[in-house]
Amino acid sequence: MNDMRLTERTVDATDIKISARKVQVFYGTTHAIKDVDVDILDKTVTAFIGPSGCGKSTFLRCINRMNDTIDICRVEGDILLDGEDIYNKKVDPVQLRARVGMVFQKPNPFPKSIYDNVAYGPKIHGLVKNKAELDEVVESALRKAALWNEVKDRLDAPGTGLSGGQQQRLCIARAVATSPEVLLMDEPCSALDPIATAQVEELIDELRENFSVVIVTHSMQQAARVSQRTAFFHLGNLVEFGETGQIFTNPRDPRTESYITGRIG
Amino acid sequence: MTLADMSQHRPSLYTKDARTKARNSAEKRFRIYGVVAVGVGVLALIVLLSSVLGSGLGAFRQTMLSLPVTLDAKLLDPKGNRDPADLAKATTITYGKLLSQALEAAVTEKGLAPEGMKTKEIGALISKEAPAILRNQVLAKPELIGTTIDFEALAGGRIDGFFKGRVTMESAALDSNVSPAQLELAQKMRDAGMIKLALNPAFITNPDASELRPESAGLGVAILGSAYMMIIVLVLALPIGVAASIYLEEFAPQNRFTDLIEVNIANLAAVPSIVFGILGLAVFINFAGMPQSSPLVGGLVLTLMTLPTIIIATRAALKAVPPSIKDAALGVGASKMQTIFHHVLPLALPGILTGTIIGLAQALGETAPLLLIGMVAFVKDYPAAPPEGFLDPAAALPVQVYNFTQRADPAFIERASGAIIVLLVFLLAMNILAVLLRRRFERRW
Amino acid sequence: MTIGLLAALVLVLAIGGFILGRMRALKSAKGDLRKLHSLPGYYGQTVALFTAVPAFLLMALWLLAQPALIEARVVEMLPASELPEGANIGLVMSDVRRIAEGIDLVVAQGRLSEADISTMRADLSDIRSRMADVGVALGSNVKPVVFQAAKEYRALNTVAHTAMVVAVLAVALAGLGFAMVRIRPEFRARNVSESFVKVLLIAASLVAIATTVGIVLSLVFETVHFFQLYPAADFFFSLTWNPKFGGGSDLGIWPLIWGTLYVSLIALAVAVPVGLFAAIYLAEYASKKVRAIAKPLLEVLAGIPTIVYGLFALITVGPMLRDYFAQPLGIGSSSSSVMTAGLVMGIMIIPFVSSLSDDIINAVPQSLRDGSYGLGATQSETIKQVIMPAALPGIVGAILLAASRAIGETMIVVLGAGAAAKLSLNPFEAMTTVTVKIVSQLTGDTEFASPETLVAFALGLTLFVFTLVLNIIALIIVRKYREQYE
Repeated sequence: MNDMRLTERTVDATDIKISARKVQVFYGTTHAIKDVDVDILDKTVTAFIGPSGCGKSTFLRCINRMNDTIDICRVEGDILLDGEDIYNKKVDPVQLRARVGMVFQKPNPFPKSIYDNVAYGPKIHGLVKNKAELDEVVESALRKAALWNEVKDRLDAPGTGLSGGQQQRLCIARAVATSPEVLLMDEPCSALDPIATAQVEELIDELRENFSVVIVTHSMQQAARVSQRTAFFHLGNLVEFGETGQIFTNPRDPRTESYITGRIG
Repeated sequence: MTLADMSQHRPSLYTKDARTKARNSAEKRFRIYGVVAVGVGVLALIVLLSSVLGSGLGAFRQTMLSLPVTLDAKLLDPKGNRDPADLAKATTITYGKLLSQALEAAVTEKGLAPEGMKTKEIGALISKEAPAILRNQVLAKPELIGTTIDFEALAGGRIDGFFKGRVTMESAALDSNVSPAQLELAQKMRDAGMIKLALNPAFITNPDASELRPESAGLGVAILGSAYMMIIVLVLALPIGVAASIYLEEFAPQNRFTDLIEVNIANLAAVPSIVFGILGLAVFINFAGMPQSSPLVGGLVLTLMTLPTIIIATRAALKAVPPSIKDAALGVGASKMQTIFHHVLPLALPGILTGTIIGLAQALGETAPLLLIGMVAFVKDYPAAPPEGFLDPAAALPVQVYNFTQRADPAFIERASGAIIVLLVFLLAMNILAVLLRRRFERRW
Repeated sequence: MTIGLLAALVLVLAIGGFILGRMRALKSAKGDLRKLHSLPGYYGQTVALFTAVPAFLLMALWLLAQPALIEARVVEMLPASELPEGANIGLVMSDVRRIAEGIDLVVAQGRLSEADISTMRADLSDIRSRMADVGVALGSNVKPVVFQAAKEYRALNTVAHTAMVVAVLAVALAGLGFAMVRIRPEFRARNVSESFVKVLLIAASLVAIATTVGIVLSLVFETVHFFQLYPAADFFFSLTWNPKFGGGSDLGIWPLIWGTLYVSLIALAVAVPVGLFAAIYLAEYASKKVRAIAKPLLEVLAGIPTIVYGLFALITVGPMLRDYFAQPLGIGSSSSSVMTAGLVMGIMIIPFVSSLSDDIINAVPQSLRDGSYGLGATQSETIKQVIMPAALPGIVGAILLAASRAIGETMIVVLGAGAAAKLSLNPFEAMTTVTVKIVSQLTGDTEFASPETLVAFALGLTLFVFTLVLNIIALIIVRKYREQYE
């Protein structure tokens, strides 16, 4: 790992996009997330790391209220998107999710054509007026996901027929197509081989131009490679949060140090 | 327009835009369709059951006339020797007259008799089956002759219908079998306590009766026939089904032949039941010469129909036994056959029995194939005890329902619905047994 | 000896064989269990199996084949020239059987002795009245040939029965002896008896194949017979169905197929939307509690016998449709109609659509739902645009299975659809179906070998092929679908 490169990297945006205060999550009687405070900056890649079961994915799913689909899950505390509480009663999760997109661990293209997969979001949210605009949005999303050149001749082919890495990039294109402000990624590379992983990581770095990206990963190297800020979760607590370089080179908390040096996890 | 343009000017999360509102109401509508669909299904079930119950409960109550009957020795035993052979010479016609006169006398005594009504017309209130019942009573107990007994006579079908609301004054005016005057008389007798609606155990025990005597038609032969067939199905389908399942689940090699058997079983489960009836007719009756209408043939046909159900359930039960148990038995040196018969089969037994009961319940309700093997025939004699009884003609419960529906008198519709209630009670009992069995013995590994 | 007694005897032999075999094994090892290859019980089991199984097998085969063989022999005795004009051999044979039965009764009641019977002649004594005495009614006076045939039939049956008893007992004893002789300490009794049991297991699973073969053979055989009496072209291409007693019937299948398809179509039009939406609701929306109540309730619909639905059509739905729709609108006056049968059948097949669709919807991976919700789709959008397309093949399979159910359903149409074969578009008219006609042609009074009866087998074959094709397509689709998500 190139530590030099890490320390040189600067965080160029400072607008707070999402701010979470005293977030608690319960699964039935299990207290899965305890008192988490996090500020996620705009146009920045934030990585959540930590051992399995530490609550990093659970917290990620709180940000676009995906936990609503689980009956026994209860969220307390405030999560603000641009200063508005997303758990306010007036908020429609559907509208929220159009602004906070999500990419999942396993590539999950719909059983539709590549084109329809990407066009799905813009269509349901009514973001386009006509077919020509839709074509444009699809192309632009596929280009952003670095998939356009590979699939432009077979947009009608089923999305499930692509390779694993292509499928995951298709899912990223699908999320990007609704032009969200925040993109949540839940271990997006864990089901991919190293080459596909490299492609997706490169893509994440490019996405930073337009979006705020939050990525959950179990790979510390990946967090170091793609993120500007890193949060370390342990047993449902946010242990440490700061600039990626600092977390990896000069952790303040002994637990963080133990984890990145491989003693726990 | 680019993606960046689209992300400009996001509205506040707190206000729902028009599109979201439209989408949310579409969501609500869709959800309502689902509720409506479930509602339609459940409602259909309720209407179905209440329609059957409503028209069938009457069959369990029967209008009875109670009247004193003097058993005149001169008529019934003219020779006076009480010899059974001579007593048998007094036919039901004689007894019928006796009953008519007794009824007329009883009615006149209470001052209910309408003017100008003939003895025959008054006697028509009594079922045509009643004389036969009285005659059997006398033949069984000749010492009754010469005495006066209190006789509970079946009322005629129309009178029965009148008290159950099926027959009205208006319909009687158009009916050649009953007149409004007779109904009025019946009403007066009811008020005088001579007629009452009593529980009707005869509906369960009596054999079928002819077109003209719906009031005495019962399910005795049909229940017996169905029971015989269930015995045959159980005795044949359970061992064959379990044996086939054990082979397919535990021994069968993965090859085309096994595939063929499996596809066969899956298909047999979906073959229309009437085709099994054709099979029964062609193979068991025409080729093998087994007797028509017999529980044996019915049982064989139903066995073939039930086998796939039992095999599918048994295989699922065998599959649910964890391999670790098999490994443990094999590990201490048991043979494969010992492992299966000593360990796997006992553990799978509750599942197998549950499947068997459900298969039997299916077989019990099956009608179409039984029509083709002659079980529609009118059978008035009880079949003998098994095993000889398996070859005697018999009816079956669902076929008896069909038989009742094919008769002209609407009183038989009540009997048909009543028969269905009996059938459903049996099915319910079997299903509850299956559920209890599953609850009691279900294991989670 | 009755068959029950014979079977009991064989069983007793088998049990005896078990005990003897066990004892012999112990004796051969001089009481030392360790010298035996297998547990002593297995030696007994081998003997019991060798005694009972071949004997029972022989008995079953004999009972199945005997009537056909004897009848063939007796038929030979009845030259066509001796039969009454226009009489059919099948009817004569049934007379023969009844006379034989009657003679049995006469002898059993002690009215005549066997010797009397053998000297009795139809042209000299009044057989008909003698038969009537014992409760066997005959349609006409008995011709001498027929009476001779009946006596022969009876004699052959007696001989065959005795032969069977002897043969079965012989086979049982032979098996017993064979197995006993083989018992030695080193005899691998467990392996032998297990192989034997395995053969029995295989035989049991062959019953399924035998059933299919039996169905196909009986249908094809009688259908061929039918086409010898009635031109196949007329059956397949004629548009009229008009069976007549005296011959000269029109037996075109189209009105029946039309009625069948029309009823099934209405049934599917009811069951598919209701079943599908119910499945969607139960799988995606309903709380656990609602699901736990509603799902079994819907499944009860599948457990109710079809005769109940038939009666429901006959007494409730039919009159209601007639009184509130058909008559006021002036489009029909019959309570049995395509609509009646279709509606009721639709209710019956709701659970076939809903249960299978429910399973299939549940098999769609959660990741697809998450993907859609993550993009901000509502639940109904997710269902319509993601889950349904993913589940479509499976649901098509479920609908095909339901369709095959509808086409083969008998009791509802017998009681609800009517008996008139018509090609009409009006759903409030009575029409008839293939299954209704199978029942009416096979339960009617026409003689068996006439085209009017045999046509039922051709109809049955048509029905069988039709539903078989539907089932196979459905099974393939469902199986492929399951594999996709396993």
